[in-house]
Amino acid sequence: MGPPPDQSPTANPRVVGASPQSLLRAHDLRKHFPVKVPRGKSVRAVDGVSFSVRKGETLGIVGESGCGKSTLARLLLHLLAPDAGELTFDGLAVGEPGGISVGALRRQVQMVFQDSYSSLNPRMPVRDSVAFGPFVQGKPKSEARGIARDILSRVGLDPDFFGPRYPHELSGGQKQRVNIARALAVGPRMVILDEPVSALDKSIEAQVLNLLRDLKRQLDLTYVFISHDLNVVQYLSDRVLVMYLGQVMELGPVEAVYERPQHPYTRALLSSRPSMDPSQRIEQPPIIGDPPSPIDPPSGCRFRTRCRFAEAVCSAVDPALGGSDGQQSHVAACHMRDPLSQHSLAGSA
Amino acid sequence: MPDTAALDARLDLADEQAPPATRVRGYWQSVAYRLWHDPLTLAFATVVILVVLAAIFAPLLAPFDPYKESIVGRLKPFCWRGHLLGTDELGRDMLSRLLFGGRVSLMMGVVPVLTAMLIGGLLGIVAGFVGGWVNTAIMRTMDVFYAFPSVLLAVAIAGAMGGGTANGMLALTLVFIPPLCRVAETATTQVRGLDFVEAARASGAGTAAIIRYHVLGNVLGPVFIYASSLVSVSILLASGLSFLGLGVRPPVPDWGLMLSTLRQSIYVVPSVCALPGLAIFVTSICFNLVSDGLRAAMDVRM
Repeated sequence: MGPPPDQSPTANPRVVGASPQSLLRAHDLRKHFPVKVPRGKSVRAVDGVSFSVRKGETLGIVGESGCGKSTLARLLLHLLAPDAGELTFDGLAVGEPGGISVGALRRQVQMVFQDSYSSLNPRMPVRDSVAFGPFVQGKPKSEARGIARDILSRVGLDPDFFGPRYPHELSGGQKQRVNIARALAVGPRMVILDEPVSALDKSIEAQVLNLLRDLKRQLDLTYVFISHDLNVVQYLSDRVLVMYLGQVMELGPVEAVYERPQHPYTRALLSSRPSMDPSQRIEQPPIIGDPPSPIDPPSGCRFRTRCRFAEAVCSAVDPALGGSDGQQSHVAACHMRDPLSQHSLAGSA
Repeated sequence: MPDTAALDARLDLADEQAPPATRVRGYWQSVAYRLWHDPLTLAFATVVILVVLAAIFAPLLAPFDPYKESIVGRLKPFCWRGHLLGTDELGRDMLSRLLFGGRVSLMMGVVPVLTAMLIGGLLGIVAGFVGGWVNTAIMRTMDVFYAFPSVLLAVAIAGAMGGGTANGMLALTLVFIPPLCRVAETATTQVRGLDFVEAARASGAGTAAIIRYHVLGNVLGPVFIYASSLVSVSILLASGLSFLGLGVRPPVPDWGLMLSTLRQSIYVVPSVCALPGLAIFVTSICFNLVSDGLRAAMDVRM
């Protein structure tokens, strides 16, 4: 697929930067949560993450539980303030003079949460939940209601039938549709989807995924799609970013990463997918043990404690993200892809 | 993508359109519906309403002047010369005094709880939503009040300020602020951690809008229900204060005070002397049961 062409570079008046420019750029984002015991230490939830999201693409973010995916999502919306690092939206620095304010960022970037139950106010009819965004952004109540009706029917819910209902009267899939409608009601250009389908069962999941794909096309959206489900990410994403213990392990176009994974962690993740073919069953566990504590991450490469190829250099030097054969579209943070590192398998991967 | 291609457009969006079985109702409509189908709560609510109405219309209903004494007609049994419920130790008509006493007792039950609900609820919402040191400051102050048993606290405050209806109500208000504050704080803290508050912030809402549209609706319910159960406690405490001579002053009729003064005559006309106690008992238990029914009816997740 490669970088998708920007669908409407000039038609949309909100597009500020040039069309090949990234819609969102994160540079060296860090978020550490201090812990009480041991004193002075902190959970390094996101530890130096840099990437960019191109206009009109879907960037998938995968990783195990606790690798910092959800923290990263909240950092992108400034729901959490990053400890360090910069965020650039459409060429404008977020929260800096001359840039874009956090409030303006939130008119352009929205988020769909994982837990469809707790992300809707139980005392509010879903119509009002959807209308709330436009309403607090200064639209009169009747206009906000109108937007809510329009968006609800776009996500496949009859506004007359479902609008006046309360969240507890809706199924999980319907609630997640309302959540999507709520995010879209503000008219964002980018939507961060934090595990939007992981609480749904498989048939509903497929419907919601198709809905997301259709909405993206209709409304000219850019997605950041966070999931631990590799198949779902493959289905929806153009590029994929693999996270481990708060750092980026690999980033590249989805076919390249899935077919030629560069990082041993990505390979382990991919081979842990259950195969549809019983004769293809793997005997060896692809990855052993639990991730180390993010309070006290290993020195050098974060993955070395679980990596089959770990050598002395892995604990000494932090591997940088880079592409093999000099190409920068598919990058991995592993010493084995860098011929100049002292790893015995360097250059062979 | 072998297996993902199968997910494609074949699955129709209309699949999920199957309507839920129930009719569309607003929140209060559904609360009313559930209450209507709860005969026990309705019965107790009727009693509460009758007691309130009797207190309001006491001047019209009372057959005698509640302050009119009679030296010959003291401590007479039921139905003595038109005194339907007998007379007290000064020969005053019991029925009239019970009706007028209800006014004082109900006021002592409701006013302190309402005031405490406003103050305590506000403090609790602020503590829960702001969190951090504000929460610590407010809640630790409340804990200081918690350290004393409520009766002792009410007696101490009323004793320090002197008796009288107003001081009694003030004492009761102070007693009820900490528990109501705690309920509001717990509910607010719970709501604040939920995703929909974060989603509201993400859609650009400020703190005031989030509290007004998302927090209040979820916090008022539990606070209101808890407050309604405190009304009976307040009536009992007020009666206790009057009984000890710290609340209402004679000759004003009040159930607690009547219980206190009639207690010496319990062996002369036991049935008459038990009446104020019975009134307190019935009223408070009905308030309690109605609040319980309300709690059930207002629970959204049923």
